[in-house]
Amino acid sequence: MADTKFDIVVVGGGPGGYVAAIRASQLGMKTALVEREHLGGICLNWGCIPTKALLRASEIHHILHNLDEFGLSAKDVSFDIGKIVKRSRNVAKQLNQGVAHLLKKNKVSVFDGTGALSGSGTVAVSDKDGGTQDIKGTNVILATGARARTLPGLEPDGKRIWTYREAMVPEEMPKSLLVVGSGAIGMEFASFYSDLGADVTIVEVMDRILPVEDAEISALALKSFQAQGMTIHTGAKVNGLKAGANDVSADLEIDGKAQPLSFERAILAVGIVGNVEDIGIEGTRIVVDRSHVVVNEWLETGEQGIFAIGDLAGPPWLAHKASHEGVICVEHIAGLATHPLDASNIPGCTYCRPQIASVGLTEEAAVAQGHEVKVGRFPFMANGKAIALGDPEGQVKTVFDAKTGELLGAHMIGPEVTEMIQGYTIARTAEATEAELMHTVFPHPTLSEAMHESVLDSFGRVIHF
Amino acid sequence: MPIKILMPALSPTMTEGKLAKWHKGEGDSVEPGDVLAEIETDKATMEVEAVDSGTLGKIVIPDGTDNVAVNEVIGFLLEDSEDASSIDTSASAIETAVNAVPAAVPASPVVSSGASAKATPLARRLAEQAGIDLSTVTGTGARVKITRADIEALTGTSSKPGSLPAEVTPTLSGARLFTSPLARRLAAEAGLDLSAISGTGPQGRIVKADVEKAKSASPAQAVETPVAIESSVSDRYDIVPMSAMRKVIAERMVHSKSNVPHFYLSVDCEIDELLKVRSSLNERLEDGKLSVNDFIIRACALALMEIPEANAGWVGDGTMRLYKTADISVAVALDEGLITPIIPSAESKGLTDISTKMKDLAVRARDGKLAPAEYQGGSFTISNLGMFGIKQFDAVINEPQGCILAVGAGEPRPVVKNGEIVAATVMTCTLSCDHRVVDGATGAKLLSAIKRLIEYPPAMLL
Repeated sequence: MADTKFDIVVVGGGPGGYVAAIRASQLGMKTALVEREHLGGICLNWGCIPTKALLRASEIHHILHNLDEFGLSAKDVSFDIGKIVKRSRNVAKQLNQGVAHLLKKNKVSVFDGTGALSGSGTVAVSDKDGGTQDIKGTNVILATGARARTLPGLEPDGKRIWTYREAMVPEEMPKSLLVVGSGAIGMEFASFYSDLGADVTIVEVMDRILPVEDAEISALALKSFQAQGMTIHTGAKVNGLKAGANDVSADLEIDGKAQPLSFERAILAVGIVGNVEDIGIEGTRIVVDRSHVVVNEWLETGEQGIFAIGDLAGPPWLAHKASHEGVICVEHIAGLATHPLDASNIPGCTYCRPQIASVGLTEEAAVAQGHEVKVGRFPFMANGKAIALGDPEGQVKTVFDAKTGELLGAHMIGPEVTEMIQGYTIARTAEATEAELMHTVFPHPTLSEAMHESVLDSFGRVIHF
Repeated sequence: MPIKILMPALSPTMTEGKLAKWHKGEGDSVEPGDVLAEIETDKATMEVEAVDSGTLGKIVIPDGTDNVAVNEVIGFLLEDSEDASSIDTSASAIETAVNAVPAAVPASPVVSSGASAKATPLARRLAEQAGIDLSTVTGTGARVKITRADIEALTGTSSKPGSLPAEVTPTLSGARLFTSPLARRLAAEAGLDLSAISGTGPQGRIVKADVEKAKSASPAQAVETPVAIESSVSDRYDIVPMSAMRKVIAERMVHSKSNVPHFYLSVDCEIDELLKVRSSLNERLEDGKLSVNDFIIRACALALMEIPEANAGWVGDGTMRLYKTADISVAVALDEGLITPIIPSAESKGLTDISTKMKDLAVRARDGKLAPAEYQGGSFTISNLGMFGIKQFDAVINEPQGCILAVGAGEPRPVVKNGEIVAATVMTCTLSCDHRVVDGATGAKLLSAIKRLIEYPPAMLL
């Protein structure tokens, strides 16, 4: 009989849960992890990672159709959607096995099954075959994640009307596709299918796409996607979706007028809801607000010794936020001096083409908070490396507090900006001012020089534009 | 070895002062008891006397230097057999120790002698050229090796371009402070001393949130910054730096008014009898006339003995002071502020004694020649503005004392006696009390005892 008493039991093996488990084990705590399906969670199996594999394929496809400017040519360029999907699944599988190895190496006991709280300090694990087993944890970390949100009248059927899950493993390429919602998930699928030749229509209820990004970045993204041939309706609604034998009938409301349209497939990307059901929180002091568990800065729930992290504990719904919370939570349990997560220092990335990345306050939010701001911009069309890459679209925008020189926010759209945003994130975390950023030597020629120039531009000192 | 002349502490609370003037120059011979220099503090100017004989070998801190820390080396005294060359190294060592900002706390004990000090060849050469003794330098390189940067930091000749002095890490006693650049800038703008802020960031680093917390906690601190003084020039006013005394008055009064729960009691004293006694005594005195204030000092001292629970002081740690003697602080106005010299044990002193002592204290107070013990630590304060014709005022409590008496002018006023309106010389006295240590009834008893003694001075003989 395996051991069933632990210092920490983590329920859910996604990027929040497995990182928390490894950190707990590093700190000498006896740790168990309960996972019902795949180690690595949605992120690794059905989110971040497999979509990046898909987007890599569509990006190469796009380049192959634009070889002429590089003096290259290729004939009979084609793709096999089945192979593209297979590669994406293999990437996920490879990493999934990697997580299993990491947990084993760190002596974390992994329980296959669905975990639920069952009285104080007890987690009941029920496996696929109907067997159950109770394990005890002095502390329990709930990291059960989230799933796609559905709205009345907009229910996925898994065949014609997809969520991210089906959209990731298409059996055939749709000729036309409706994307409902223009957040990160919606825009990434829009980019993937559009670059592979689908006729993509995006409907966003807000007045602009990527509504959490800086308005200027949203506007640039809109222009770019429209130029790529996408049809985008903002301030528009989808009142109903009906799956037929060969199509989806969409009941759209554009500019206040009803407009029925037909698509081969539709993707619902209207947000996510936390997996708060069937995890045994009913009848406890754990508070749930709009499908998320309410926690304090140390990720403690209303119940002594029970913690919640990641998507389950609320937005932003990002893997790196979940992982970081897992570490903070465990270090707090271990009594180490740690620091609560500063949500304003969590970068957000969208891997559509062009890429979008940001950290901190938008210009609008900074002004609304009473900051006197200094704003700088630098377009990639003035950046040598971007021109050489043949990818000079987009810009960097920086927002500083005029009085203190604090970097309030940075917003980027363009090539590889998701790789570069960490520079501004480090600056914010270390509380660098414009002086340190200006004094930093950026290598030439790189795309990141645009980051330096934008800082300079914020203070009227831009060199190359 | 040359003898170090250290900045003296003129009072237990003194942390720094101004080296006002050297009375001896370099090369002058010095005998024990000779005045070497004058030191100015917030309260007084004091003379530094030589303890040893010899020659003043080197002046490290020149005339007119502000904010010299207590125990800082201000000069060197050479003994008979020594010459000036023997102090050069130690003097430069001291100067560098004072001016230098070591880049890091040494990881291991500082190397003991120049010969064995680990240094890079370039650092060794630079130190030689600059006349720096390597044994006095703390290395910041690998294994505490002294690097070029360490020497350049001491000589102030950093060859690094664009290194702005404003960005030098602020330090406390030479130790490095870990702060974020933004926190550093916010603190500079708010005029906050980073060394007084505790950091809550990684490894105790001071971050923006810490500075903002400190900012909201001590808005008064910002007033003290030189930044504020130098920042603006206007036609409508002159920007005048505050004297050390003004700063202390400001700080103490703000603290008292914002922390001490004051309440006030007023009483009218008829002083016709007192004036009669005073003039008849003064007729018989050869030198030194008694003032009304001398009578008030004695009256207060005797009243405090009668009501000992009013002779109290706030401590703040769950205890309070009950003074055994009436040590009366008397406010003396000066050009640049005021000071409160003390008549200790005034209850055991006669009027002539009080009068003589008071005259001496007042003269020396105006000359800035009071010793700290002469103005620190009274049990009760009298502030008299009667000579300016002030009828009545409320004084701010002189912490940690529990009471202060504000004395107005004696003036003829109509009073009712036996149902008739008659003229009398009346003086209004207002007692401010710290309610934490003195209650209304206690204060009232004290004030009525003072009134009784003032109105019937023969009782002061008892």
